[in-house]
Amino acid sequence: MALPRKFAARFVGLAITLFARFITAVRADWQGIEPINKQRVYFANHVSNADMPMIWSCMPPNIRRDVRPVAAADYWLKNKLRAFVGPEVFNCVLVDRRPEARDANHDPMQNILDALDDGSSLIIFPEGNRNMTDDPLLPFKSGLYNMGKARPDVDLVPTWIANVTEIMPKGEVIPLPLICTVTFGAPIHVGTDESKDDFLKRASGALVGLAPKDVRL
Amino acid sequence: MTSTNTEILSLFIGVCGLLTLLTIFGEVLRARLDKGHENPVIETFMTRVRSWWAIVILFTLALIAGTGGIIVLFAFASFAALREFLTLTNKRRADHLALALGFFVVLPLQYLFVGLGWQALYTVFIPVYAFLMLPIVSALRGNPDRFLIRVAETQWALMIAVFCMSHVPALLMVDVAGYPADRGVLLIAFLIMVVQIGDLLDFFFGRRIGKTRIIPNLSAKTWEGMACGVVCAAIIGAFLAWMTPFGIFGAAAMAALASTAGMFGNLVFAAIKADRGVKDWSHLIPGQGGFVDQLDSVIFAAPIFYHVTQLIWG
Repeated sequence: MALPRKFAARFVGLAITLFARFITAVRADWQGIEPINKQRVYFANHVSNADMPMIWSCMPPNIRRDVRPVAAADYWLKNKLRAFVGPEVFNCVLVDRRPEARDANHDPMQNILDALDDGSSLIIFPEGNRNMTDDPLLPFKSGLYNMGKARPDVDLVPTWIANVTEIMPKGEVIPLPLICTVTFGAPIHVGTDESKDDFLKRASGALVGLAPKDVRL
Repeated sequence: MTSTNTEILSLFIGVCGLLTLLTIFGEVLRARLDKGHENPVIETFMTRVRSWWAIVILFTLALIAGTGGIIVLFAFASFAALREFLTLTNKRRADHLALALGFFVVLPLQYLFVGLGWQALYTVFIPVYAFLMLPIVSALRGNPDRFLIRVAETQWALMIAVFCMSHVPALLMVDVAGYPADRGVLLIAFLIMVVQIGDLLDFFFGRRIGKTRIIPNLSAKTWEGMACGVVCAAIIGAFLAWMTPFGIFGAAAMAALASTAGMFGNLVFAAIKADRGVKDWSHLIPGQGGFVDQLDSVIFAAPIFYHVTQLIWG
């Protein structure tokens, strides 16, 4: 990457962080882990396009430097602006969700494992898509299980993003400046003889367990 | 340098002296601990003192900058308070536009009207116009689910975080015979100092001699602590009478009134927090929770202080 582009990417990253802090005063709540730079896969609930920037913005800079969101290539390569923001500002690991568009030799799992072997931490949304339903979570796709199985030493950290639906409901243009809280829970690992379904159920339960108890009517 | 600025400066030096003493006090306590040990009470105290330094410096800069500085400072505090408040309220997607209007139209307009000194407008803009218009906006989006609760909570948030808060800078606009307009900043400093020091002493005496809790299992406030706090606020008010147009007895009475209103306000906020199951309004001011936690008593005292000043001396 050319130096001016790199500089621009850093600058846009800083601007996004400051904007997120000003609008939502986004706050990290480290419940199950310490905010230290250790290799982890943060898996989070997904309700809005603002989710990933929120997690990214509330991480301390030493963690943010080595964390790479796993994101959809079909979304982030759609135009020049997205292709700059996704791969360059957020340093995304791109995977293509559309089987028909993949090259014969493109294995999305391989991209992810390569990033882990480089020492990067990851942010993933195991539901695969934005959750537009009233349920707290959609069923998880198998990616999280595959990662945990292939690289058992890496901590899988449940990460609950609260309030983003109210800040920016689908179809609204103006974000409401409400406080967004990102809660990091205790890490989990795939058990030695745990089945895929059991693990995914357990992971999903660990994530929902971090949601604030809603006292509203 | 005008005489008002000289007085602000001497106030600033006095408060800084007090904070320096508190900082030294904390550092001495820290130094007396064994190596590698930490006392959470001392650490909380020091975080609070640090936050106080930041608040005092920011507030003094705004006072020196005059009307514009004060208005911008309180508009920002209102924004932060409204954000904390609305984070905890009931809302539906149908309210999105009404809430956005609250943040980005009602709040700036209220401070604009205060800045322009349009008293006839800023005293009714929120309780009349905003309170009637915003529910219309919500109703037009057509979701009647818990409608009254949603509307009531949004309006109470605007009342507290914007209307009441804006009455602090509105003190700049009170017209008192024989009290030059540029001394309005001193009236603001007077209000905030007597209310905050009254709170601090209420806390101190409440710990020392407090026995009868006002609302058991909701707030640690006691009648004894509150009485001592109000009396101390009145005495401090009398000493600070030179900042006000009230005279010595008037200043003491106004300080007692503001302090009493503030302390009961504090209880109201404790009830809201208990209802919503939170300890603090937010995390934004290190050591003391959110903006609403910090300003709750001033928020309650400001409109009453403003109104009585206007009524008796205006």
